[in-house]
Amino acid sequence: MNLVTISGPPSSGKTSVILKTIVSLKKQGLKVAVAKFDCLYTDDDVLYKKAGIPVRKGLSGALCPDHYFVSNVEEITNWALKNEFDILISESAGLCNRCSPYIKGIKAVCVIDNLSGINTPKKIGPMLKTADIVVITKGDIVSQAEREVFASRVNTVNPSAIIMHINGLTGQGSFELSTLLYEEALNIDSLKGMELRFPMPAALCSYCLGETRIGESYQMGNVRKMKVED
Amino acid sequence: MAEINNRKISDLISEFPFLTSFFSDNGFEISGKEELTLSEYLAQFDEDEIEDKAIDIDNVAFQINEFIKQMIAFLGKEDDVVQTVTILPGYDKSGVAEDFEKLVIEQGQIICIVGPTGSGKSRLLGDIEWVAQGDTPTGRSVLINGEIPDKKWRFSSADKLVAQLSQNMNFVMDLSVYEFVELHAESRMVQNRDQVIEKIINKANSLAGEVFTPDTPITSLSGGQSRALMIADTAILSKSPIILIDEIENAGIDRKKALSLLLSEDKIVLMATHDPVLALMGDRRIVIKNGGIYKVIDTTDEERKILSTLEKMDRTLLAYRTKLRQGEIITKIDNT
Repeated sequence: MNLVTISGPPSSGKTSVILKTIVSLKKQGLKVAVAKFDCLYTDDDVLYKKAGIPVRKGLSGALCPDHYFVSNVEEITNWALKNEFDILISESAGLCNRCSPYIKGIKAVCVIDNLSGINTPKKIGPMLKTADIVVITKGDIVSQAEREVFASRVNTVNPSAIIMHINGLTGQGSFELSTLLYEEALNIDSLKGMELRFPMPAALCSYCLGETRIGESYQMGNVRKMKVED
Repeated sequence: MAEINNRKISDLISEFPFLTSFFSDNGFEISGKEELTLSEYLAQFDEDEIEDKAIDIDNVAFQINEFIKQMIAFLGKEDDVVQTVTILPGYDKSGVAEDFEKLVIEQGQIICIVGPTGSGKSRLLGDIEWVAQGDTPTGRSVLINGEIPDKKWRFSSADKLVAQLSQNMNFVMDLSVYEFVELHAESRMVQNRDQVIEKIINKANSLAGEVFTPDTPITSLSGGQSRALMIADTAILSKSPIILIDEIENAGIDRKKALSLLLSEDKIVLMATHDPVLALMGDRRIVIKNGGIYKVIDTTDEERKILSTLEKMDRTLLAYRTKLRQGEIITKIDNT
């Protein structure tokens, strides 16, 4: 089985891209399942079910969703292995633009959209910079020039990635993506011992532990102060 | 790679000036550090900084190497001239073979695509963009200059075969016309930038009815002005040899001039349209039905004659539109 991790900022079009791409994967005779990770709420699992795609969802609630992802990806992979799927696609939102759930040896796709602004590629960390494939969406509502500038900025921060445009509404481009996802050579039978491509950020301060009061005396652990000049 | 690691930053930048954008877009502050070698520069970051800035130290030299390779390929080559695009037949949605031997589209031609919504126009375009090799749902193949094309047309972000101008596109950036075109020129590594920008703005103004200035914010351009700027910018700055147009609304823009501007820049124009005036301006039209190419029709001489009558009717309609806009009362149909 192949595991494919797809992530990207909220509302960038991940679910639409995945749904359209799975249509083509199924036509190639592949059995596909999805693991959807989100923070507080998602009804995307309903969309997947409606499309006849086996899905498991995980809500991280009070935990960082990417940490939650890493803690659960092995179990979800075992579920997919047991059910003999050919591809498991994991979908997770990179909520702070810093994290990335990508794993060494596992295909990584980042979905970002043209409307997010021309400087966005600079602002996104490893989620964009270490992806194998970058999918750019919402190209149908901006000008050709903006599409070209955006794609070239993505290329500057991740020159080795394949950059593709997909229209999440019509599915234009999703067939093409489907041909790049499954590779026999990337089959796995366990995630045990595999490693993240990039460490998650450190975060362990009193606020992580439920503190709500503001003020220096309540702050403990990994706390850093910004320099505010007069 | 080791080689790059051992070179001074100042050295790298003087040989590959485009690396400045790599460093700045990746958040690497290099001023004052130019005399360090790349590995010395990277060695300066302590663990906290590496974590804070999310730098993938081991990967930097690899990505720089990749970037240099791409840029050299991009700058060094003669523009790839795409003289012809050939489409070899596949199947429609019911699996019936398309009934044509091959379809050759040449530089400087306008090809119209007609057919009901959902008939497969987008898939045809998708096949061209992805330079299909019998590996798409239609089974079509696409040749460039009569040959099986280079893979780069699929995967390189700098070499896209098709640029698109569609009806509902907007500008979403908060920039002046000048800044906007400059940004695009920058990303295309254009040399004589000022001249090119001026040329684009002048051309756009010659297409649009109402004139705009370089310092007009792009978001306050009228519909016609926006379309004119998009067309002029795409014609002159986009490297894609094929331009796909999804209708051009008949308002605030000289459509004939717009098409001839694209053709003068050696583009191949594919136009999805149901407007008879536009459709008959094409050299040929492809009729799509049930996912397949159903017919390829060369525009006949008779159709060309009819076109000039249609254009006249078009102008008459436009004249009435103008009158209405100016608050006039329409009293009689003027048939001149």
